[in-house]
Amino acid sequence: MRAVITVVGKDRTGIIATISDALYKFNVNILDISQNVMDDMFAMVMFVDISKSTVEFDKLTNAMEAVSIELGMKIHCMHEDIFNAMHRI
Amino acid sequence: MAMINTRDILETIKMIEEEHLDIRTITMGISLRDLASDDINVLSRKIYDKVTSRAEKLVATGEQIERELGIPIIHKRISVTPIAMIGATTNATSYVPIAQALDRAAATTGVNFVGGFSALVQKGFAKGDAVLLDSIPEALATTNCVCSSVNVASTKAGINLDAIERMGRVIKETAEITKDNGSMGCAKLVVFANAVDDNPFMAGAFHGIGEPETVINVGVSGPGVVQAAIKRAGDCPINEVAEIIKKTAFKITRMGQLVGTIASERLGVPFGIVDLSLAPTPAIGDSVARILEEVGLETCGGCGTTAILAMLNDAVKKGGVMASSSVGGLSGAFIPVSEDEGMIAAVREGALCMEKLEAMTAVCSVGIDMVAVPGDTTAEVISGLIADEIAIGVVNNKTTAVRVIPAVGKQVGDTVEFGGLLGSAPIMPISTKSPAKFIHRGGRIPAPIHSLKN
Repeated sequence: MRAVITVVGKDRTGIIATISDALYKFNVNILDISQNVMDDMFAMVMFVDISKSTVEFDKLTNAMEAVSIELGMKIHCMHEDIFNAMHRI
Repeated sequence: MAMINTRDILETIKMIEEEHLDIRTITMGISLRDLASDDINVLSRKIYDKVTSRAEKLVATGEQIERELGIPIIHKRISVTPIAMIGATTNATSYVPIAQALDRAAATTGVNFVGGFSALVQKGFAKGDAVLLDSIPEALATTNCVCSSVNVASTKAGINLDAIERMGRVIKETAEITKDNGSMGCAKLVVFANAVDDNPFMAGAFHGIGEPETVINVGVSGPGVVQAAIKRAGDCPINEVAEIIKKTAFKITRMGQLVGTIASERLGVPFGIVDLSLAPTPAIGDSVARILEEVGLETCGGCGTTAILAMLNDAVKKGGVMASSSVGGLSGAFIPVSEDEGMIAAVREGALCMEKLEAMTAVCSVGIDMVAVPGDTTAEVISGLIADEIAIGVVNNKTTAVRVIPAVGKQVGDTVEFGGLLGSAPIMPISTKSPAKFIHRGGRIPAPIHSLKN
């Protein structure tokens, strides 16, 4: 089971550190990261493996919401199924 | 390991964040056919018990899916077997206690509407049907979440003019009894031709008699996504516009299919259908009228409106059909006036009149929906409006419906506010010429020749 975490907002220090720290706490493994910084806008898409996660999915979503407030950035944490359904036949 | 394309991810998020993409409703259909009692109060209690136990986890499950997938699921709702059939086991002269039991069940389960205070009378009245119709005004006035619908015609059975005559009076009475609330009762009451058994949308949802014991039906939405996609395409021939709509409808429907599959698994209830309707809301950027204008109209309601709507309705179905294992319900484009920001604007501007709206209903799903008319409109005129709309459905082999609000004390130029997703309705002018003689003839208009298919 995988999830997609997207992060968009003004670039600053500690974005990846804060997010990966939160994921590490729940034993969520980062599989892939792709990021872009355009001017001072930071955009990142992260694939994570949630199959060994120690918490239910909505707890993870809650944690990401807390991180989003802490960093002042927009973070989405969504199950990969939604993207597979919409974009793959 | 296959990764999902970043562009696709951002597209999905943009659709949800900026273009109002959502799952409009997860509706659990519950059969009440095993319930019977001589005593209306005992029956009401049995109905309450069954509905609350079957739908106990519906709202929590819906909310959980919402958070996991990151897609808003706006409504969780319940539909039940048409109450006229269940009420008929009693000798009660009013089914209002059943409506109130359903309302309490809605409050307990946390759903925002329960549909099925309904009767199917296309060919005539059986025991219970007349009682149900007579109970509608009080039922809608004394409940918050109960929706009522009456099927008065079908392509197979013809048009029950007696029922249409009665419904004109029922609508007037409902408007009167709920007048302190903008005649709100009428916003929860639909008159149908060719009503479908698996419609997840309110106010017309009921659990049809051929349906399983319980079922999950999903209604998807997304007018804003379609409008944005057409806008991005810029100048292109209309066939390319149709292609864009198909592709967009496909994506939206896949989401509905996914949500329905997950909900059905978790609730242990079979998955019924995805209803891939473009259902507008009063929010800016969530309007079907604005899609028509995006394609190339100065204002919705002008010449060209019907043609574009026909293309839109067809393209939505074509895109959706491949995306779901089972498409059903109404599936097409909804054109409720009060619930669509662009439709409201078109009426205010005088660009959209009742006659054009009627023409539009011939090529899209549903019909004269959430239309407010002056409060002094007679019952016969309302019956005449219903008869016209229902005839369009019967002859064209499709569902049509009327949800009209004769807003007590209001005149053309006034607006009636319903609030929330029901929106606000500018009062539309309607012909005052009387069809009374026709309506009071009663009887049944025979089924059209093309109903004889066997």
